[in-house]
Amino acid sequence: MRTLDWKKYLFVLIITTLVFFTALFMSDKINEQRFAELQDIENRIATDIVSLETQFDLLEELSCTDIDEKTVLSKELDSLAQRLAFTEGQVGADNPEVVRLKRSYTLLQIKDYLLMKKVSEKCSLDPIFIFYFYSNEGNCENCDREGHVLTFMREKYPQLRVYSFDYNLDLSALDTLITISDVRNELPALVIQGNTYYGFQSVEAIENVLPLESLQTATSTARGDLN
Amino acid sequence: MGEAISIGVHVCLFITLYFEVFLLISFLEANPLSKLKETKAREPKRFPTVAILVPCYNEERTVEKTLLSLLALEYPKDKMKIIVIDDGSTDATWQVLQNFRSNPQIELYHKENGGKHTALNFGLTKTQAHLIGCLDADSFVAPDALREIVKSFENPEVMAVTPAIQPTTARNIVQLIQKAEYSLSVFIRRTFAHLNGIFITPGPFSFFRREVFEKLGNYRAAHNTEDLEFGLRMQTNHLKIDNAPTAHVFTNTPPTVRALFKQRLRWTYGYLKNSMDYRFLFFRREYGNLGMFVLPIATTAIFTALYFFAVLFYSIITFIIAKIVEIQTVGVQAPDVGFNFDWFYINTSTSIFLILSIVTITVTLTVLGKRLSDQSLRNPIDIVVYMALYGFLAPWWLARAVYNAARSKESSWTAERQ
Repeated sequence: MRTLDWKKYLFVLIITTLVFFTALFMSDKINEQRFAELQDIENRIATDIVSLETQFDLLEELSCTDIDEKTVLSKELDSLAQRLAFTEGQVGADNPEVVRLKRSYTLLQIKDYLLMKKVSEKCSLDPIFIFYFYSNEGNCENCDREGHVLTFMREKYPQLRVYSFDYNLDLSALDTLITISDVRNELPALVIQGNTYYGFQSVEAIENVLPLESLQTATSTARGDLN
Repeated sequence: MGEAISIGVHVCLFITLYFEVFLLISFLEANPLSKLKETKAREPKRFPTVAILVPCYNEERTVEKTLLSLLALEYPKDKMKIIVIDDGSTDATWQVLQNFRSNPQIELYHKENGGKHTALNFGLTKTQAHLIGCLDADSFVAPDALREIVKSFENPEVMAVTPAIQPTTARNIVQLIQKAEYSLSVFIRRTFAHLNGIFITPGPFSFFRREVFEKLGNYRAAHNTEDLEFGLRMQTNHLKIDNAPTAHVFTNTPPTVRALFKQRLRWTYGYLKNSMDYRFLFFRREYGNLGMFVLPIATTAIFTALYFFAVLFYSIITFIIAKIVEIQTVGVQAPDVGFNFDWFYINTSTSIFLILSIVTITVTLTVLGKRLSDQSLRNPIDIVVYMALYGFLAPWWLARAVYNAARSKESSWTAERQ
């Protein structure tokens, strides 16, 4: 009869569990740092928006050239979107912190849109806005393709301001935007210059409805490829 | 679906980690490195009579070198016989063997082809030596290998002794991979010996007391892995198998992926079928660590490796499909040539940390295997190649072996040599 050293089996189990939970802990700690960085970017963007709004309120005392909307938001929103998309891939779309950051990001996009609209009117600019509504719930088979098209469009026409919205995100401001844009739950959906298009839209289809000549003079971008 | 895959990956990683930690702790417990120099330095207390069986099938290119290495063994000549059995070779093996006809230490026999186990059984009828060993005719021994083996038999409980096997050469990537793999095997065999869990008595230079055959009978066909079956049979009868890491044996390793695939397919198939035949050993306390740890984990490892590979394969296919969809949608885009390192985009998931832990421990175990078998650690390129590529090679023969085992489609020892 051979003997079994059960204590060793238990000891190894404890060590393995310790290593396993250390890996879990390290991963969590790094993700916490990621969330903190994302929060920091969102705070910066929020401050920038308030700053721009304040400048806008003072517009009567300033010239339009003093509002440098080219450099204020575009890069930050772009960076935030990329990082948020990566974090979503790492920890999952259902992670509460990801959902919270995504809601803040969506809110910042809407505020950026409203502000740019006001600035454009006052300063006689003519930016082109595209709203892109997508879904992550597996019911939008063409959303990935549409995302590729919009990423390509942004690279081809840096002046385009593309805002991406998760149609199913629980955010009252987004619900209001969906209501006033009158977008049905048939995704992907694009709102270009006030007109809504359902289903996959190719590069050519979008170019056909864009005032391409104004893209040569339009300014600033915002990115949103969070799908 | 994604969550289920993720849970599966984490469970497999936990099992793999447990296996490696268990081995490492068992090794440290036994601390064989400290006894290595002492064992190597001392002389054997006795020189029992020894017979070495050399079964050959189409080994015209290697058998001469094999026999010359045996004749060079530092062992009293009157105590050692070499019994060569040509198992119906169709090449010039028999002609090559005639060069040794006049050597008094060598006996030559020729029989009809019947498989390796029949050649060994034939050889067993030709000797009355106290210790009986075997050596595949594509393997070679270090001059002191037999002396080191004999030292282990000084323990009266030891009924069989296995050596430390290393590849003869590593001329290409396939052989470099095997070089590191054999080093890891040296570590595993030594540790399994401490756990009394060795279940293979490999063809290259395993030795047995004569009474083992008297008690257990001859070799069996055993799905073309007679060395594995014999090890399991010994364990079933509670006969102790030891390992002598200071006994160095060198074997020719397959030089191509195709040849490696054939060999490993036979080994894995043999393991699966024999473990089915000896399934009563699993999870039985009376078989100690072998039943409770070694065999269950060895079987689980096959399916764990297949699961990892399936997940990896699925990820690669998903990525390729996504890329094709992207190209179909917007055409081929020029790659971003700028390189901006950003820690934010480093994958820091739990599984990555676990994989890093497993890789670190595997490298440590392989290095310990090299130290045990007295190999140089100066150029560890074999370990790098092994860690990078083995995971992509092994799943193919594992999958095929599982498939063949399910259909009972056997691989052949003779076909492998052809």
